Amino acid sequence: EPLRRRASSASVPAVGASVEGARRDRLGSYSGPTSVSRQRVESLRKKRPLFPWFGLDIGGTLVKLVYFEPKDITAEEEEEEVESLKSIRKYLTSNVAYGSTGIRDVHLELKDLTLCGRKGNLHFIRFPTHDMPAFIQMGRDKNFSSLHTVFCATGGGAYKFEQDFLTIGDLQLCKLDELDCLIKGILYIDSVGFNGRSQCYYFENPADSEKCQKLPFDLKNPYPLLLVNIGSGVSILAVYSKDNYKRVTGTSLGGGTFFGLCCLLTGCTTFEEALEMASRGDSTKVDKLVRDIYGGDYERFGLPGWAVASSFGNMMSKEKREAVSKEDLARATLITITNNIGSIARMCALNENINQVVFVGNFLRINTIAMRLLAYALDYWSKGQLKALFSEHEGYFGAVGALLELLKIP
Amino acid sequence: MAECGASGSGSSGDSLDKSITLPPDEIFRNLENAKRFAIDIGGSLTKLAYYSTVQHKVAKVRSFDHSGKDTERDHEPPYEISVQEEITARLHFIKFENTYIEACLDFIKDHLVNTETKVIQATGGGAYKFKDLIEEKLRLNPWCSGWHFLFRNIPHEAFVYQKDSDPEFRFQTNHPHIFPYLLVNIGSGVSIVKVETEDRFEWVGGSSIGGGTFWGLGALLTKTKKFDELLHLASRGQHSNVDMLVRDVYGGAHQTLGLSGNLIASSFGKSATADQEFSKEDMAKSLLHMISNDIGQLACLHARLHSLDRVYFGGFFIRGHPVTMRTITYSINFFSKGEVQALFLRHEGYLGAIGAFLKGAEQDNPNQYSWGENYAGSSGLMSTSPELGPAQRARSGTFDLLEMDRLERPLVNLPLLLDPPSYVPDTVDLTDDALARKYWLTCFEEALDGVVKRAVASQPDSVDAAERAEKFRQKYWNKLQTLRQQPFAYGTLTVRSLLDTREHCLNEFNFPDPYSKVKQRENGVALRCFPGVVRSLDTLGWEERQLALVKGLLAGNVFDWGAKAVSEPWLVDSYSEWLQRLKGPPHKCALIFADNSGIDIILGVFPFVRELLLRGTEVILACNSGPALNDVTHGESLIVAERIAGMDPVVHSALREERLLLVQTGSSSPCLDLSRLDKGLAALVRERGADLVVIEGMGRAVHTNYHAALCCESLKLAVIKNAWLAERLGGRLFSVIFKYEVPAE
Repeated sequence: EPLRRRASSASVPAVGASVEGARRDRLGSYSGPTSVSRQRVESLRKKRPLFPWFGLDIGGTLVKLVYFEPKDITAEEEEEEVESLKSIRKYLTSNVAYGSTGIRDVHLELKDLTLCGRKGNLHFIRFPTHDMPAFIQMGRDKNFSSLHTVFCATGGGAYKFEQDFLTIGDLQLCKLDELDCLIKGILYIDSVGFNGRSQCYYFENPADSEKCQKLPFDLKNPYPLLLVNIGSGVSILAVYSKDNYKRVTGTSLGGGTFFGLCCLLTGCTTFEEALEMASRGDSTKVDKLVRDIYGGDYERFGLPGWAVASSFGNMMSKEKREAVSKEDLARATLITITNNIGSIARMCALNENINQVVFVGNFLRINTIAMRLLAYALDYWSKGQLKALFSEHEGYFGAVGALLELLKIP
Repeated sequence: MAECGASGSGSSGDSLDKSITLPPDEIFRNLENAKRFAIDIGGSLTKLAYYSTVQHKVAKVRSFDHSGKDTERDHEPPYEISVQEEITARLHFIKFENTYIEACLDFIKDHLVNTETKVIQATGGGAYKFKDLIEEKLRLNPWCSGWHFLFRNIPHEAFVYQKDSDPEFRFQTNHPHIFPYLLVNIGSGVSIVKVETEDRFEWVGGSSIGGGTFWGLGALLTKTKKFDELLHLASRGQHSNVDMLVRDVYGGAHQTLGLSGNLIASSFGKSATADQEFSKEDMAKSLLHMISNDIGQLACLHARLHSLDRVYFGGFFIRGHPVTMRTITYSINFFSKGEVQALFLRHEGYLGAIGAFLKGAEQDNPNQYSWGENYAGSSGLMSTSPELGPAQRARSGTFDLLEMDRLERPLVNLPLLLDPPSYVPDTVDLTDDALARKYWLTCFEEALDGVVKRAVASQPDSVDAAERAEKFRQKYWNKLQTLRQQPFAYGTLTVRSLLDTREHCLNEFNFPDPYSKVKQRENGVALRCFPGVVRSLDTLGWEERQLALVKGLLAGNVFDWGAKAVSEPWLVDSYSEWLQRLKGPPHKCALIFADNSGIDIILGVFPFVRELLLRGTEVILACNSGPALNDVTHGESLIVAERIAGMDPVVHSALREERLLLVQTGSSSPCLDLSRLDKGLAALVRERGADLVVIEGMGRAVHTNYHAALCCESLKLAVIKNAWLAERLGGRLFSVIFKYEVPAE
């Protein structure tokens, strides 16, 4: 028992999430657990942590979990594998949904990955943060604590749920800085690619639904990079090298705002539903456009007629309020939030003198409308100076970074 | 023929209430003489601007036509006073709720029907689309020109807003070096403009999340139709019920991480649930925070990109609403870490109307003149915060008035100010100093009876003097009460502004110069004493004479209050340095700001002037353009100088050779603002190379300019005629201030 306690003494990151401009220190290391089994001896010799290997990112809305499933388990190893470990592995890999809200993004699974000398697959799982108590309960039921493993977790929830993990699950978290994890995760995932394909991509002709193409982008010169992470809220980082980055700013108008407003305006209950409604709506009935005011482009300011002059501006009028559909409102909410993020990102890129902007975060999941709009807006307003880039594993980088910390992979 | 193009209603769609009775003659003042009109019908407010003339009485002085010197007798006054009618230009700006629009337009039409020269410029009205067009398209130009017009003419136009601090409003002193700055207009969308000079500005960006988003989205979320009601809802809500805060994400750990738990992590983040109801108030508050923060953040990003540290905000989203000024200020502080300042304008709501009006009135050249806010006719900045004094605002909250008088002469900075941007005329900021504020407000209240009596006494032949004086009393009393409640109503509250307000109210009721007869009598007496005083001064030795001259300046300054002797020792005493200086080479040219009529100007200032002239120093003697208390006016000074010249060859030849020049200050205040002085005076000061400035009297050297830094030598002289002030300065009643200052090399 005392050994496990020691195992979890990773230091709290020195700097909080919203402290801007701070350069990060590398995390302190933690000492691994010990055991008498051969596997454990082997692990120790290779300075490898014990299975299971998890990385956890507990955000404001979603929990992101990455799980490394070893595929090179020898018969000998399998024989020695404790029951609870086996049960976890089987449970996670044989299901694609967990309970009513947990989902494994099968299409994102990374196959035949080598991590710390072990070969296996990386699984990507998500569930809502409000189901965190159930998750902890499950850990208790499956007797996680007997595995003497280390749980590396990042995101605000690593702090919020730390006590619950300890008292209910008898598990101590190794809390990690979310921005460190994010950057580490992005760089790593980009380096391993996406099962032979490119991880990073961009849109060509984003405004033209006929000609619009999603094309791979080779991020061979990643620095400097503006990283815009759109979760419930938005964080914007300027990354100059692997270890040198700063948080430039952030905004509270993020994915949570889109979904929250959609719930209030349309009565929808899921993010998927909100996006589905948005895909069928027409925001120009809700927003007041430049052409609504000027009858066309406003050349003096260089404003095109299609630009939004006032988001929800038409809703000042009672008649127009009565004429819009829920789909229109969902679409307008999506356009408003997305345009605003694009606008702030563009200003940051200008101020930091950076011209490639990578947008990540779960707001972009199955959200082609937002991605294409970001791509178009960035290109248009910067007159082609700025490039919007996206990444296949959009919301999972923090969790990947946490896993890498567990494995001490630099 | 008058054409009334005003139509188009507010988008609130309320029916017009014609049953409301107005006191329109109190609102639409001087309408009979209105020359030019602009009307701007906005979403909920109508703004009206017109250019009119006011006829009021002025006291003029004129020398008797003496056929020979021997006609002068002891009982005879030195000059005659005549009261004449004078016509001056005044700009009227009125802002009222659209509810009253029909009643108001009817009233206006009725009063315009007989004139042929008036033009109504409808800048609002018409189709919905047209109204929007006006609102958005034309806003930028008028906004900028309106702003610069106010900025040039109203010294305390811009302020920073600090909630929970006393005072909430902190006014900026305007100076010509404000450029460049960022202007953020929050209408239905947001326009961000970089202003480099009065005519050079550039649209640098914008955002679609603005007042229209607050209104439109707010209406959808809360079913509340009116903008003001939405703001009212917001002011009562708790955004933390709707927003996801940092503490919601981090739990209690935010403290150990050094994060503020109250920061919003995700706006409306908590509303992402189907099984919870949210109150209208909470949603409105969350929306207000979301929009204000977003605008503040974008403004900061633009300010940083252009290296600007001041952002002026305007547009209907702001319009003096404490709740939006507060959230915008918070946001700017947060996102700029205190490096960028958010500023607001007292007359923000008028900018569009003023700008449009100025454009239409180009042939009257309003920008060629200096204008002054008329404190008597303007309603001042009212806090629209609902919890603040609702009883007070029965009508003033509905009808907001701004009146500006065209001044006879353009006003500019005194070229001798050491650092014009940092010059603040007033010694004590009563907005800031609650103790001093209470004292002075009470002091002016207590003095009111005396002023009323004096006013009545000054017009013995007038039948309605008592009635007008009573109206004056009521008006000024109300102003004082308003200022007790809202000291920031007319900008920074100072002894000067209290004095000026009283002068404006007196003028309003045709008491242009209550002291004219007193001054006439005292000037007569003093003139008769002049030869004797000069003779006795000339018998003194040089050093004795210098002290006697200074004492004469001080004594004259105190005589009007009947004081026999000044208090010893002098409270501020740099006389020996001054005496030492006099032993050196003469000054090239002295600029003297005179104070009172009678003994002060004739037996104090003129002997001093004479001594300077004899030393070879040229003298510019600056007196008020218009009357204020018993201060000597430029007109009176001309007659006095002429009379003295008749008795004294030194003054005579100096006048003839233009070594002694009498000029006007451009002011009608008992105090002195060195940043608003007559352009001709400034030119003369430059031309003659003035190297000494003498300021005398409480109003000019203590209430104002006590701390004024000049780039040449200066003398500030006064006797403290107020026990409270004397005590505050560490002295006794009738303490002497003799402040001789030499600028650091």
